Amino acid sequence: MPCTLLKKKRLLPIPGQVLAQLGQKVEALDVVAKTELPGKVFSVNVANRLAAGPEEVKGFMLKGEGDTVKKGEIIAENKPFFKWFKTSVDSPVDGTIEAISDVTGQVLLREPPKVLPIKAYVKGSVVEVTPNFGVTLEAEGTFIQGIFGIGGETNGEIVIAVASPDEDLEPESIKENYKGKIVVGGKHASLSTIKRAIELGVHAIVVGGIHDRDLRQLLGYDIGVAVTGTEQIGLTVIVTEGFGSIPMAEYTFKLLSSRNGEKASVSGATQIRAGVMRPEIIIPGFPKNVTECKKDQGRGWIEPGDPIRIIREPHFGVIGTVKSLPSELTVIGSESHARVLEVLLDGGEVIVVPRANIEVLEK
Amino acid sequence: MSKKDLEVIIATDCGSTTTKAVLIEKKGDTYRQTFRGEAPTTVEAPFEDVTKGVLNSITEVEELSGRKILDGEKIITPNNGNTGVDIYVSTSSAGGGLQMMVAGAVKAMTGESAQRCALGAGAIVMDVLASNDGRADHEKIERIRQLRPDMMLLSGGTDGGSVTHVVELAQFLKAADPKPRLGASYKLPVIYAGNSMAQDKIKDILGDRTALIITENLRPSLERENLMPARHKIHDIFLEHVMQQAPGYPRLMKMVGAPIMPTPAAVGTMTEKFAKANGFNVLAVDIGGATTDVFSVFSEVFNRTVSANLGMSYSISNVMAEAGLANILRWLPFDIEEQDLRNRLKNKMIRPTTIPQTVEDLQIEHAVSREALRLAFDQHKALAVGLKGVQQERSISDAFDQTSSGQSLINVMKLDYVIGSGGILAHSPRRTQSMMMMIDAYQPEGITRMAVDSIFMMPHLGVLAQISEKAALDVFYHDCLVRMGTCLAPKGLAKEGQVILDWEVTGSDGKKENGQLRFGDIVHVPFDAPKAKLVAKPAKGFDMGSGPGNRVEADIEGGVVGLVLDGRGRPFNLSKEPGKRRDNLNKWYKAMGMYPV
Repeated sequence: MPCTLLKKKRLLPIPGQVLAQLGQKVEALDVVAKTELPGKVFSVNVANRLAAGPEEVKGFMLKGEGDTVKKGEIIAENKPFFKWFKTSVDSPVDGTIEAISDVTGQVLLREPPKVLPIKAYVKGSVVEVTPNFGVTLEAEGTFIQGIFGIGGETNGEIVIAVASPDEDLEPESIKENYKGKIVVGGKHASLSTIKRAIELGVHAIVVGGIHDRDLRQLLGYDIGVAVTGTEQIGLTVIVTEGFGSIPMAEYTFKLLSSRNGEKASVSGATQIRAGVMRPEIIIPGFPKNVTECKKDQGRGWIEPGDPIRIIREPHFGVIGTVKSLPSELTVIGSESHARVLEVLLDGGEVIVVPRANIEVLEK
Repeated sequence: MSKKDLEVIIATDCGSTTTKAVLIEKKGDTYRQTFRGEAPTTVEAPFEDVTKGVLNSITEVEELSGRKILDGEKIITPNNGNTGVDIYVSTSSAGGGLQMMVAGAVKAMTGESAQRCALGAGAIVMDVLASNDGRADHEKIERIRQLRPDMMLLSGGTDGGSVTHVVELAQFLKAADPKPRLGASYKLPVIYAGNSMAQDKIKDILGDRTALIITENLRPSLERENLMPARHKIHDIFLEHVMQQAPGYPRLMKMVGAPIMPTPAAVGTMTEKFAKANGFNVLAVDIGGATTDVFSVFSEVFNRTVSANLGMSYSISNVMAEAGLANILRWLPFDIEEQDLRNRLKNKMIRPTTIPQTVEDLQIEHAVSREALRLAFDQHKALAVGLKGVQQERSISDAFDQTSSGQSLINVMKLDYVIGSGGILAHSPRRTQSMMMMIDAYQPEGITRMAVDSIFMMPHLGVLAQISEKAALDVFYHDCLVRMGTCLAPKGLAKEGQVILDWEVTGSDGKKENGQLRFGDIVHVPFDAPKAKLVAKPAKGFDMGSGPGNRVEADIEGGVVGLVLDGRGRPFNLSKEPGKRRDNLNKWYKAMGMYPV
């Protein structure tokens, strides 16, 4: 079984404090950097509330810019001739006075900052520190990319819940003791399976395919553009092959099975445009019988004999091997001229498929 | 070198994935595009230098043309024999293009004007903030903070009017302390183009916190928009701030002989030049994988909109979400399970580079494309409007013809020319498919010429038009536009089978065609003469542009498709009865010879 040497940048969105040091070994849940996000800003139209002109507001303020205030505390009041006509304005939030405007008569209040911690996410060591922003971690282990996911980063123990990659992950396959685990299924997880997993507190499901209709019901809306990772449905879902009922690639299933019972870090975050990001499963440490990690460079081109999967109709999901790669453009069924390849199927049949419609499978 | 001396020009367009170079040479008295090359764009890691892709694409042009253009990494100028070029120009949309946030006091007035200003400058508008946009103040501040635009355009108030709203927006902006998308340590450029009376107050509020640039009010009065000064500032800042942060752009800026333009701004310029040169009302569309840009020139007023999430691959699923599955299914001449269609579209979204292999799959993409084009056109019509909030003087007679201010400028009966670009329109296996997709999406009325820009050269020509309008228009007519022909669509409704139009066309070569059009039919007449005369006599109640029942004589164009006589009526609605709808679709697709049988 191969292993991968991977690097992960763990950076804050705005400058803050880096807590981990160069060379330090960290666990997935360790906080490596933190910052304070400025608090939310609220506005209060003091001029309107006191029936005064904007230019008069400063004179009625009991607090100045930069002063701390408590929720409900009076921040401004008018000074009427008769006391019982007195009107006051109180603060809607705990925070500080940010600005007092003599043009709009508004007072802006800012809530206290919130602490934003960044966890290591993957067990590994710090190989680079980016001052004020975070660290780069290096980890050796098994690294598997899915094709689409929802939900953010999570951790848990890998549990293989099916006997083969072409078996459906049924609701009853999700056992009560799977709470907090990463459950690996076969070709398909239905809405009821995912719902049961959420109920039982499963951290993530990894499966070959799901139906788009189930995804819509799960989220309550249609995903329009593949930018995911922030969904909060109670677990992370990683689809390894695509939409529909598609057996998980044999290789992926074998790789995951070889790490059954080990701790993994997973993320459903997917972004297909501008800086592609695919969902991932990272299992730190060497697989059995592996002592050295070799970086797999990949060949970068296809050759006859390569195993492939067809990723578009009319043969979606079909697996075969490359028979030949004709160099000339070929007219396909839709009448488009495309670069194609000949694929040899298991039964000996040979079909022609556009090169754009296949994926090379790892051996 | 004077503009008259331009003989050899090299132009590039740096797109997000591909950099395309074209060589333009003067042949006799006419400029022609002679060679082109392309290479992957190199803005992202590991190269992080846009000029690498530019040089690679130019190297391909060198190899094909035999002209030596590069001396190492320098472009040789001027041209001398078979060496060098007279000028190098470029556009760019790499790295996500120009992303802006705009703000105005009232959403339908200065908010809309600011949006039109930014879109016309080639920007993607991430959000429009306004005092009355329905969001609570803290939500507006949060939104400013979350988005990291390249720059912000702040407008609000007419000159001499109220300053309160625009000052309030400036204060929100200051409180949010926004950061630019590129270069976190730089100040966000903010262009102020609002009430001139508020300029000092805006300086006090934003002068320290942002890179503030003050220009003329883009809406000096309710009756007038003045978008050009702010648009020029957007372009200046695009070059001075945004481009300077993008990998390799400072070097690229030194290579070019004219300022780099954002790609959509260049396409807009070319659309305007074409419309002006011919006195046409023009609609141009570029439908890509992620976004659809729509440009129009109606009554000499230019408008551009970008529908950021309507496209044929990355955004295909969003077309389904916005149009609804039923609207996609209505264009298919066969049955398909909802679950199957949903999964197919999602699989295209996650594997955006796959292509349809079967006719059925191609028809599904064509159905989605009609809906993407339609939705983007609807969004365009909503923004390409007259000024809102303008007081109108009315006479007694007007009282019977009440029209509100802010009506759409787009009138499909007055539309003269439609230009389509983007993979699905430019590279469809049959041109009849492209033409029908545009007819179904836009439902033009009367007489409408149609073409495609098959290699998307409009960006190159738009930036070139800044230097030489003749060169740009010469190439546009001869090498860029693929004329498809003309759509003749009488407006009106009748019973199926009723004759609604008698027509006769005489080509410049003397070739004549004539016939009758019946309601409910589509007639396709192959006709490739570049110029032709049409005489059309619509039946009573049908309009071809001169009013119901009135005879029309007009100049039209033939092309690779020819004439499409669309007798489906306007407004055009597909039958709600599924069997009848499928029969009609099959009849029309067969009449057009759209798909293999």
